[in-house]
Amino acid sequence: MSIQSPLRLAVDIGGTFTDTVLIEGADRVIASTKTLTTHENPADGAMEGVQRALANAGRTLSEITGFIHGTTLATNALIEKRGARVVTVTTEGFRDILEIAYERRYSQYDINLEKTDLLVSRDRSLTIRERMSAAGEVLIPFDEAAVAGLIAQIDATDAGAVAICLLHAYANPAHEQRLRALIAEARPHLAVSISSEVSPEAREFDRLCTTVANAYIQPLMARYLAAFEARFAAEGLGCPILMMTAGGGMTTIATAAHFPIRLVESGPAGGAILAARIASECGLDEVLSFDMGGTTAKLCLIDNGAPQTSRAFEIARAARFIKGSGMPVRIPVIEMIEIGAGGGSIAAVDRLGRLTVGPQSAGSEPGPAAFGRGGTKPTVSDADIVLGYIRPETFAEGQFAIDPEAAALAMRREVGDALGLDARAAADGVSRIVDENMASAGRMHAVESGKDLGPRTMIAFGGNGPLHACRVARAAGVSRILIPTNPSVGSAVGFLFAPVSFEIVRSRYSMLQTLDFAAVNRLFASMVSEALDVVRQGAAEAEVIVSRTAFMRYHGQGHEIEIALPDRDLELSDIAPLTKAFETAYARQFSRPVPGMEIEILNWSVRVATRADAIQPVATTPAVRALAARETRPVTCDITGARREAAFVMRDALAPGDRLAGPALIAEPQTTTFVGTDFDAEVDARGNLVLTRKGA
Amino acid sequence: MTDLSPARLQVMWNRLLAVVEEQGQTLIRAAFSPIVRECGDISAGIFDVKGRMLAQAVTGTPGHINTMAEAVKTLRERFPIQNMAPGDVYMTNDPWLASGHLNDFLLMLPAFKDGRVVGFTSCTSHLVDLGGLGMGPEGSDIYDEGLLIPPCKLVDRGEVNALLMEIVKANSREPIANEGDIYALIACCEAGARRLVGMMEDFGLDDLNVLAEHIIETSRRGTLEAIAEVPEGVYRNILKVDGYEKELELHATLTVTRERLHLDFTGTSGCSKKGINVPLNYATAYSVFAMRCIIGSDIPNNAGSLEPFVVTGPEGCILNAQHPAPVAMRHTLGQMTPDLVLGCLTQALPDRVPAEGASCMYDLPMRHTPEVARNGGHQFAVELVHNGGTGARPHADGLSATAYPSGVFGSQVEITEAVAPVTIWRRELLPDSGGAGRYRGGLGQRIEMTSAVDEPFLVFLSVERVKNAAKGRADGLAGAPGRIRVSGRAADISGKCELRVEPGERLIFDTPGGGGFGSPEARDPDRLARDLASGLVTAEGAAAYGDKR
Repeated sequence: MSIQSPLRLAVDIGGTFTDTVLIEGADRVIASTKTLTTHENPADGAMEGVQRALANAGRTLSEITGFIHGTTLATNALIEKRGARVVTVTTEGFRDILEIAYERRYSQYDINLEKTDLLVSRDRSLTIRERMSAAGEVLIPFDEAAVAGLIAQIDATDAGAVAICLLHAYANPAHEQRLRALIAEARPHLAVSISSEVSPEAREFDRLCTTVANAYIQPLMARYLAAFEARFAAEGLGCPILMMTAGGGMTTIATAAHFPIRLVESGPAGGAILAARIASECGLDEVLSFDMGGTTAKLCLIDNGAPQTSRAFEIARAARFIKGSGMPVRIPVIEMIEIGAGGGSIAAVDRLGRLTVGPQSAGSEPGPAAFGRGGTKPTVSDADIVLGYIRPETFAEGQFAIDPEAAALAMRREVGDALGLDARAAADGVSRIVDENMASAGRMHAVESGKDLGPRTMIAFGGNGPLHACRVARAAGVSRILIPTNPSVGSAVGFLFAPVSFEIVRSRYSMLQTLDFAAVNRLFASMVSEALDVVRQGAAEAEVIVSRTAFMRYHGQGHEIEIALPDRDLELSDIAPLTKAFETAYARQFSRPVPGMEIEILNWSVRVATRADAIQPVATTPAVRALAARETRPVTCDITGARREAAFVMRDALAPGDRLAGPALIAEPQTTTFVGTDFDAEVDARGNLVLTRKGA
Repeated sequence: MTDLSPARLQVMWNRLLAVVEEQGQTLIRAAFSPIVRECGDISAGIFDVKGRMLAQAVTGTPGHINTMAEAVKTLRERFPIQNMAPGDVYMTNDPWLASGHLNDFLLMLPAFKDGRVVGFTSCTSHLVDLGGLGMGPEGSDIYDEGLLIPPCKLVDRGEVNALLMEIVKANSREPIANEGDIYALIACCEAGARRLVGMMEDFGLDDLNVLAEHIIETSRRGTLEAIAEVPEGVYRNILKVDGYEKELELHATLTVTRERLHLDFTGTSGCSKKGINVPLNYATAYSVFAMRCIIGSDIPNNAGSLEPFVVTGPEGCILNAQHPAPVAMRHTLGQMTPDLVLGCLTQALPDRVPAEGASCMYDLPMRHTPEVARNGGHQFAVELVHNGGTGARPHADGLSATAYPSGVFGSQVEITEAVAPVTIWRRELLPDSGGAGRYRGGLGQRIEMTSAVDEPFLVFLSVERVKNAAKGRADGLAGAPGRIRVSGRAADISGKCELRVEPGERLIFDTPGGGGFGSPEARDPDRLARDLASGLVTAEGAAAYGDKR
């Protein structure tokens, strides 16, 4: 084995588990571990996982040539309110941007709802006299004389971080920059975030929220990143650490410390990157990635090998995952729908006799009833145990015992008795409800994007993804599923396929027909150079791709469509093809364009990313041979609800070309794939399991 | 054999609820009207073959609750089922059949499976412009307000009625947007029907009968159980409102029995000469919404959950306006009916009903003056939406600057200034505007704006609670009334008028505050101290809470 061959590590620190993957060459996983996350000091758990993975592969930290890290620490700090004390500074007359927000209740019938806690109370909302116009012209000059008083006010709040968001600063950041300089000079210990850097987009509420969130976690994340880097350097790591971002790219520790808000949801982004990579390898143009863990499920649409992206994300939605109940941040993200459906989701019967599942979760503590850790409520995992899909003898590498009787008892007591069903029928109902919930969320997500789920291949991973894939696919009208290798550490594997990248979105309102070319070209020039600077810090030499985009819509319409622009200055002759491109994209989503309607643009974006390694498509189709499983296990049929025998095999005993008819259970150390009664499974040349609906 | 156990029926019910939400989302995304985009002013529903509503999307505004259910019944009766063919779509915008004013178009499509009608899908959306005087209260009758289309067949076996489409376009200032919106409505009905039939195939259903019974019976039973918690009796309330040419009284009598809640508007003032009159279907929608916020809010809208709520009113009162009364701005008073109804319910359930709130949204359509257009100045049209405070709840403060009962989104200053030649100099909560109480009412906000260029602009006002503030409950005090002023002018501006703001003048509007709940003396001193420290209550305003320092 050549020592020049790249050897890379990915560490994904999640809420419950820390996943570590060691890859040799482009894509050969040579070790993976799942260790418990150490919340007190997450680097401890990461170090343990890394040492174990290296030991399993007989390697050392000094041999590592690439290290990618993703963490939920930023997200958790926001959800658990463990960040710095933040003061905001906004334009005089606009003290209440956070509290006024969009003037809206997120739940129509709930008269007792409380508005989202946006981290900064009114007594820490300060203002400064100044004003820019929408075009970035100074309407009221920056009041330098007021700054001393402002700093005294900041001192009085005992704040550790300052979020500055002045009106129209995305159009002209001069006042924000001046204020930051004056505060930094007077109070160098304060972490200062300015909106024109963190999120230079129009809509003062969203921009302020993003700036507040960034300021809130900045001191914490800067400390964490420095300590993490030092810890691994001390143990012999010789290469730089790159951080995974929500947008599905990697960035340097320095950039991450400056814009920690971009680190939220990086774990799920890794999963989408993996699914996108597999989609390209297998030549799948339309994919639905399905990542189901212990508390939530994440679904992402992937077209032509690229995950769908968005510029907005909501942190810490209220218990029911209601849209609008969280803190909105505007950063480039991989667009996903996340719902409260996982192995730990709790089943109950409400006062109307309706069977409900989630979003409350038993988590890992107290956990499902069958885990014997104090949980007494029936969960989705308990249902899977009662139905025979989770086998006690192979679960979690046999690390802890499962009590099927406890699962059945909980299912009967909390669900069955109220509905007049036995434990199996109750478990069957729980499974159908939760799978329908996930499928509905996926369909809704597709509708919101003007897309369809039917023709897609589902790529399923996460601890519970392979187990529920067939049932969710059936409810969603999807007939083909792919389960990659190492599915339970899918996100971490995905990190290793991410490019070094940086994306900037900036607002400038224009009508397409009367575009000010000089101004837009200047805007793009500054955005490209800024993004390129960031990428060069993480990949000095690599070839890069620059993607320019305009977000267009019909004048008066709310929905923007992303239109790719050429990577050069725009000119008059571009208007016609861009109009055409918009109308084509519009017609694809809404079945017909609206000729004669004017097109407007508010936001422009640039993404600079290193070019991905060439992907080797799956070359050969292995010869298929039907496998007659030697062992079977009793399960409840997922179609009829009747008892029957399912084939039972270990995944590592399968070879490319092997074919199994459902129902079947394919077990591996950290998860099990359940092949539904109406599906067949086949192993492809890369070892992926491909499940196809019979007759489809 | 299809398994119709309760768990399976629940899965199918969940699927129907998902289908209507998808249907609604399809419509919102393709809509042109800003009120649809910002407020989700649409509805989507699925009906069984008898025309009973089985599921309805939870959209931004409550104005479509049961208006849609009733409208489909009417269309279903008007057009015999045996004459329906695949690809047919029926429609109307008759305010008394659809949703209270001409802008709301309602479509109904029969869903076919194996050659038979198995159910109906329906949707409603607000179109930008139907001609006439346009969106405003100035019409003197319905004929001033634009084009009324009686129930008719919009699409015949897949063929759109071209003449009808031409008429709609020829009678609108926004023909392209209207055409786009109508196609979006058709697409929405079709998508719903496709999903409905697909769902029946997935679950092996030939008809919806068993599922429909399950949904309606479960919902009716749940609603009756919730009603059983309301003490039986007759509860009366009178709400004074600003009106147009004079102040008006809205009267309500709520009779609670074990079988139903019957709300009646006898005693309510007669109609206005201007377009703030409310057809009964629309008054019913907001009234039932308010009752369902308090009673059985965990049950989705359908024929079963709506059936126990009955609303009546004498013909010709302003909440049961008759054709040809002008009704364009029916939402101004329609949004006040929840406070009217809650004033009855609070007598039965004093511990569950909030105080009065600002309620009517401050929806401000603005545009250039005609001479600016003639002189080649900045032409624009925007609709700003801002809100006052909600009433204090029995166990919590009201919400400041928050929409209720509507679910509108407030406008963002940066977006307004990007698309319209105005500068907004202030948008801040208005201290002391929340009614004092053990729990404080939500605060209103103050917004100040000028023309950003050397040109005048027009504002079309139809707002409430300028003369009649939101009252408190249980000894809580009233919130501050709304107020509209122009700098340099001696008199305040009326809440309903067309206002011209000259260059250099500053338009200042204060949205109303919500009423307080409970005696101000009983307010937790720590909460009062926090309000003082954060400036929501001033030292003078604190006097209302008595001496507690």
